[in-house]
Amino acid sequence: MTSKRTKWGALAAVGILVVAFGWLIYGGLDSNVVYFLQPKELLAKGAEGYDKPVRLGGQVKPGSVVWDDKALDLRFTVTDGTGEVAVHSKGAPPQMFKDGQGVVVEGRYGRDGVFKSTSLMVKHSNEYKAPTEGERPAEMYKSLMKSTGT
Amino acid sequence: MSPAPASSFAPPKPTPVWLGWLTFAFFIFTQIYAVVTSPADAMMGHLQKMMYVHVPAAWVTFAAFGVVLVASLFFLWKDDERADLLAASAAEVGSMFCGLTLVLGMLWGRPTWGVWWSWDARLTSTLVLFLIFVGYLALRSFVEDPHRRGQWSAAVGILGAINVPIVWMSVKWWRTLHQIQSNPRGLSPEYLRGLLLNVAAFTLLTVWFIWKRYEAARLERAAEHASQAAALGGYNG
Repeated sequence: MTSKRTKWGALAAVGILVVAFGWLIYGGLDSNVVYFLQPKELLAKGAEGYDKPVRLGGQVKPGSVVWDDKALDLRFTVTDGTGEVAVHSKGAPPQMFKDGQGVVVEGRYGRDGVFKSTSLMVKHSNEYKAPTEGERPAEMYKSLMKSTGT
Repeated sequence: MSPAPASSFAPPKPTPVWLGWLTFAFFIFTQIYAVVTSPADAMMGHLQKMMYVHVPAAWVTFAAFGVVLVASLFFLWKDDERADLLAASAAEVGSMFCGLTLVLGMLWGRPTWGVWWSWDARLTSTLVLFLIFVGYLALRSFVEDPHRRGQWSAAVGILGAINVPIVWMSVKWWRTLHQIQSNPRGLSPEYLRGLLLNVAAFTLLTVWFIWKRYEAARLERAAEHASQAAALGGYNG
């Protein structure tokens, strides 16, 4: 009695499934096989790596963070132990941002050798530990965000 | 339509509701216990407490879709309608927890990672898993013949459940923003206790939800069979 509605509905449902699967196999995963490049991989691309939208992932090089809290201007270096890329970002970073922290930045690597970040993400570890005596996570962020102002 | 033994259409005796209340009370207890007993994390402070809902929700999502897989295979093998109804119930509950996992993950990601969402392999594959089972539920509501509905949805259910190991392994196979699975050694014991208790509570809740949904599905089918029998001339009044 409602066979037309049923048929189209079933077709739509199957269609959604096929699209979802196709997306998983060809779109979602394929482009995400390399979700981010490490500094050494970005540098290895040479001129190919300039001015293209890309994600860069690595550690914040300890001591490299320069934060201007008036202009909300952030500069730091991302390292993978081999290569290093200078990053320039606008706006306050996430709370967990600090020296040595894993980060993923989205943006473009400029010809001036500075990566212009449009989005800064923190990649944290899979370990969860209660702080040791005297350790104050929130204060660490605050002091970092104050002391490096220019 | 092939006639089936009347006994399999007879509605089951409902499980007593106090079992549900007991399960819910245990869940409330484990939530409070975990939040009260765990200190702030060295890195993310009290945001660590999202662990007690996000991780168990993800676990029961996988478990529920595992039930879909087993019940769907059983249905294709034995052609027992009850297996189809169990698969459908588990798919419904699993989809709910999968959606919850995504939302809770976004709420956790915004303050820690700095973004609500990113198209990394873990997040993308979890969303695909969710969409497949939403499609599964949509498919069920559009196919009217119970036997064909059972076969189609069993196929989709099995296909969907294959994604569970992909979601699980995604953080190891690909570079992702999402961190890899924590292991007990990477957790302070005060976090581990609360987490395991909540995994247990979520599991019990899921069993309860799936079972109650299954009982309701059995009642629905029994009523349908009764009205069909009546329409076919069993009664004239």
